Amino acid sequence: MTTVVSAAEEFVPPSAPDFWQPLVGEGAFAITRSMIVMVLVTIGLAVVMMLVTRRLAVVPGRGQFRLEGVYGLVRNSIGRDIIGTDHFRPYVPLLFTLFTLILLNNLMGIIPPVQFPTMSRIGFPLALALGVYVVYLVAGVRRRGLGGFLKNLVPSGLPFWVVPVVFVLELVTFLVTRPVTLTLRLFGNMFAGHILLLLFALGGEYLLLNGEGLLKLVSIPAFLMFILFSAFEILIAFLQAYVFILLASVYIAEVYADDH
Amino acid sequence: MGAIDNAADVLAAAETGEGGFWEDAYPVIPHPGELIVGIISFAILYFLYKKYVVPRLEAMLAERQRTIEGGIERAEAMQAEAKASLEQYRAQLAEARNEAAQIRDQARAEGQQILEEMRAQAQEESARIVARGGEQIAAARQQVINELRGQIGALAVDLAGRVVGESLADDARRNGTVDRFLDQLDGMSGSSAVPVPEGTR
Repeated sequence: MTTVVSAAEEFVPPSAPDFWQPLVGEGAFAITRSMIVMVLVTIGLAVVMMLVTRRLAVVPGRGQFRLEGVYGLVRNSIGRDIIGTDHFRPYVPLLFTLFTLILLNNLMGIIPPVQFPTMSRIGFPLALALGVYVVYLVAGVRRRGLGGFLKNLVPSGLPFWVVPVVFVLELVTFLVTRPVTLTLRLFGNMFAGHILLLLFALGGEYLLLNGEGLLKLVSIPAFLMFILFSAFEILIAFLQAYVFILLASVYIAEVYADDH
Repeated sequence: MGAIDNAADVLAAAETGEGGFWEDAYPVIPHPGELIVGIISFAILYFLYKKYVVPRLEAMLAERQRTIEGGIERAEAMQAEAKASLEQYRAQLAEARNEAAQIRDQARAEGQQILEEMRAQAQEESARIVARGGEQIAAARQQVINELRGQIGALAVDLAGRVVGESLADDARRNGTVDRFLDQLDGMSGSSAVPVPEGTR
């Protein structure tokens, strides 16, 4: 990391440029570290999932049992309970993809030797949020038609002069707020979490190398905090993956809700 | 390495005025390359999940459901069967007990009957033996009587002939005389009165 190298005398706290790590090329289409992580995670997930589900037994082995645990959480606790028993089945692949992809990418933020959270680069959460966006828009229009879909945005029984205002607000919510918040929530959590880890790691390192006398000892609590927050990040990694598909399910469920 | 890259970036930025943009850009501005890679990765994984992973899992879950339901059904059937067998077994046991009791009663009755029969037979046998003994005795007696009668007759006639001195052997009347005498003897033995032979003694 550039800051560490140049921080021989003065401590430079970690900041946004630390997340820009092009490996090949430069500019808008440079191949970055986070791209490599994303591709590796995708390949890893694809291989593991295909292998484990190739021979599924009614009485599960250890690998299948764990996979079923994750699948059951996504399928039953989120898909079925939120979208509803009648409509959840077509969305299970989407939710399962999102959950496993986000969870593993988030965990990459603390798993050595990668230790870089893919989702701290906003392009990736945006890509996933766009996926959800397309799915719930298509589902909504397909269910009610474009007119019905637009009409359904406004709850019935409002005074006529409120209707245009509510319509615009709801439309903005539907088209802009939801995908943006979905993206920013995941991005922000992973970004901030990683900055915090960097701060403890780099700060501890700086104190150890450049601290004077007893100040070097302060690096010990800094490193302890790094370990503690790494453990905390595991919780965040899971929680953000969970929240992402939870909200995706809520948005999809709204398509099937009969009244607003 | 990072420093070299950074230096190259700075150089590139200095030359084209573009390379440094992404380093200093606000982190909320999506990098196009990363966005594209994200979309492609997500799409590929989604395709695989939709086409293979989830259908396989769903098929397995459905089969498990069926297996569990089938297992419950089978267990219920087996329980019913076991119950039926138990009932049948109990019925058979009761029947067997009944039959055994019946056989025992019958055997006892038969034994009694056999005993009775044997007793009756023995009694009959003994009665027959006694009767035959009686008959034999009677026959022997008759024989003795007959013999004695002949001998007594001859003796009496002989004696009388000697006493009287005349031979009565040919006499037509002697038979009647002897017979009368013997009849009298019979009568005497029956009444056990004072034997009074009519002078012929």
